[in-house]
Amino acid sequence: MDAKELIARRVALELHDWTLVNLGIGLPTLVARYVPPGIRVAFQSENGIIGFGARPPEGMEDPALVDAGGGFVGAVPGACSLDSATSFALIRGGHLDMTVLGGLQVDARGRLANWMVPGTMVAGMGGAMDLVAGARRVVVAMQHAARGRPKIVRELTLPATAARRVTLVVTDLAVVEPTGDGLVLRERAPGVTVEQILATTGAPLRVEGEVPEMRLAPDPSAGAGQALR
Amino acid sequence: MRSAIKATEAARLIPDGARLMIGGFLAVGTPERVIDALVARGARGLTVIANDTARPGTGIGKLIDAGCVARVVASHIGTNPATQRKMLEGEIEVELVPQGTLAERIRAGGAGLGGVLTPTGVGTVVAEGKRVIELNGREYLLEPPLRADFALIRAHEADYFFNLTYRLAAANFNPVMALAAECVIAEPDEIVPLGAIPPDAVRTSGALVHHLVERRH
Repeated sequence: MDAKELIARRVALELHDWTLVNLGIGLPTLVARYVPPGIRVAFQSENGIIGFGARPPEGMEDPALVDAGGGFVGAVPGACSLDSATSFALIRGGHLDMTVLGGLQVDARGRLANWMVPGTMVAGMGGAMDLVAGARRVVVAMQHAARGRPKIVRELTLPATAARRVTLVVTDLAVVEPTGDGLVLRERAPGVTVEQILATTGAPLRVEGEVPEMRLAPDPSAGAGQALR
Repeated sequence: MRSAIKATEAARLIPDGARLMIGGFLAVGTPERVIDALVARGARGLTVIANDTARPGTGIGKLIDAGCVARVVASHIGTNPATQRKMLEGEIEVELVPQGTLAERIRAGGAGLGGVLTPTGVGTVVAEGKRVIELNGREYLLEPPLRADFALIRAHEADYFFNLTYRLAAANFNPVMALAAECVIAEPDEIVPLGAIPPDAVRTSGALVHHLVERRH
């Protein structure tokens, strides 16, 4: 199991039954593969689809049915389409149970930076600022460190995506919960020690007693997910 | 029955320097034939308000490639290296707007509202130079409405009254833009007789559409 699969399978346990969930581009899209059995979620794509599904076989794609990354997707029975204003009304209006987003940095206050690295090509924030401002829960799915440098830092050095404190940070090493009283280490990845996590974290991380090992959603080949996907 | 115009005629209606809203999300739901005609007529100095500038060679990317655009208001230009390069070289001015804020500013422009109060962007660089208004203990940015000279809309079906439908993710910004411009030009995939579109399926009323581009030949 590689780091991305580990992160995706841990994040998948955050999916609640009968909820609306937005998955960001990249690593977060992997979460859809590991919807736990018995959990039914509708995946929203901010370009205007609720209930998108797996990409159809080659030659059967619909040019009007794409996700927010522009890739072809399918649609599940019960799917619907929305214009952009309605799609973002759902996002901003608190109708989205959870968004899962990639991250460049999270700081001690739980603020996320994930849209811009000054001095490089500027891509734009797309829907990220609205998603973080509006989703009921914001889960950041990212590597714990990039090229040896911690991505969990004392203070953001990159432009913030929102002032809001994110709900949970899931990395290849740990599950970290930002609280009003700083970052708390909730879980560690299989085989990873608390010391290793602390050494790879650039911000104060509170350890409360025994830190349990991460649980992971089952591999889909082993279980029958009933997701709306 | 109203009559349709050719894409080349639509491009002639749009003067150099015009401010355009163009529907589409990564070129899905973008009026490609009108864009091709604008490129062919050598339009210059356009302001484009759109979600993104697609990729080189597709949708709005064709306008960027051909040097038609002076200014872009968009949420994302990361898929188009040509837009990024022209921005760094100073050839194109880019204003980045969070996607939901862009949609709502356009909606406000079309709905006659004086602005939008949104929590998106509070505490970020997006808030720089903007009024922050506190209401019921929560902070909001005051974002101004957006309007344009022309809205270039891609629809699925149009009828003889110019009522429009959209398909799946090709709707995106098109329905809101159809209310926010002085002149609305719609490019449909199909044109069908009056009555073929049930009233409840109409998403943009023909009353809002000034010109319809004739079907593909």
